[in-house]
Amino acid sequence: MAAAEPGMEPKTADEFWKGLWDENPVLVQVLGMCPALAVSNTAINALAMGLATLFVLTGSNLVVSMLRSFVPKQVRIATYILVIATFVTLVDMFIQAISLDLHRALGAFISLIVVNCLILGRAEAFASRNGLGRSLLDALGMGAGFTGALLSLGAVRELLGAGSLFGLRVMPEGFEPWVVMLLPSGGFLTLAGWLLVFNAIERRRAPAALTEEAR
Amino acid sequence: MTGDPLWSIFLNACLINNFVLAYFLGLCPFLGVSGQLATAVRMGGAVSFVMLVSSVCAFGLNHALIALDAPHLRLISFIVVIASTVQLVEMFIKKVSPGLFRALGIFLPLITTNCAILGLALFQTNKGFDFVECIAYALGAGAGFMLALVLMAGLREKLALDDVPDLVRGAALSLTLAGLLSIAFMGFAGLGG
Repeated sequence: MAAAEPGMEPKTADEFWKGLWDENPVLVQVLGMCPALAVSNTAINALAMGLATLFVLTGSNLVVSMLRSFVPKQVRIATYILVIATFVTLVDMFIQAISLDLHRALGAFISLIVVNCLILGRAEAFASRNGLGRSLLDALGMGAGFTGALLSLGAVRELLGAGSLFGLRVMPEGFEPWVVMLLPSGGFLTLAGWLLVFNAIERRRAPAALTEEAR
Repeated sequence: MTGDPLWSIFLNACLINNFVLAYFLGLCPFLGVSGQLATAVRMGGAVSFVMLVSSVCAFGLNHALIALDAPHLRLISFIVVIASTVQLVEMFIKKVSPGLFRALGIFLPLITTNCAILGLALFQTNKGFDFVECIAYALGAGAGFMLALVLMAGLREKLALDDVPDLVRGAALSLTLAGLLSIAFMGFAGLGG
């Protein structure tokens, strides 16, 4: 692999950017779907969930990266889960302290960040093999990509389902809200729509990339 | 103790508030292992079993933690119990049916990070169910998960033979199907509380 050879290191900044588009956790890897769909019925909830996940991901990536030479291979998954669970408990208490309403709206889904496959996946696939700086960049990129995807889901669902955005009314008076978008089925259908858009854009880019490689 | 009859708790968890289609829990195996009907049934069985065991354990643990005055350890201890149950099931399946073990692949250890199971443990604690109610709730959730998985697998097996545009194949198609199934399940809303 090119990344392992000295002098062939990919640019560090790339670790950040790949999470935003090329390896976007929701749209490309289809990880962390449960919280992505469950709390994206309004843009505010989606943003809060995204930021909470970003924090847990950053914290767990840092700790896992620091511990990577001490943890025996057999118990690594259990160790990662415990590290993640600790950070999630922190976030849970923090959100409860700043806004009870938000805590109620997100409900059990804050605790369920523990089982977000995205976080365990990054700990296992990236942080346990890379240094502190790169793990931090990876976590920030993936977290930002996750937040962005959640926000795009939440914005569409709130816009169509309630005619507002971040609680502010956007649609004209005569707009009939599509209640189905706020219900669970709306989440599935919105994500399917975004995946289609993403695939279409990627397909348009793919021929261009191929000709570049040929040169 | 909530006073609801047991059948209502069971139906509620199984149909009205189906864990997959109404709460979005356990989507990874739902989308990942629903390609074939036979695998889906067995996966559903494994998940239901883990749900039942971890629900019973979580009930005991919760009371122990309240007695010890340490409820902030709840999340961490639940996840450890679930991880060990999954480990047990994994060893059992590997011994009894190596074919099934291979078919489930990576999704077997991933039951640990199946949110449906941790979700079940957290919900039953929040709702304050007693022991029998917990079991009814766990059985209902397991049956609901199995039902959703089997329905999805049946649909996808049919669709694999159909002429679908290239762009839609894969995750987008599965999600659209899930959306339609979810609309269908909304029809159960009138059944009870």
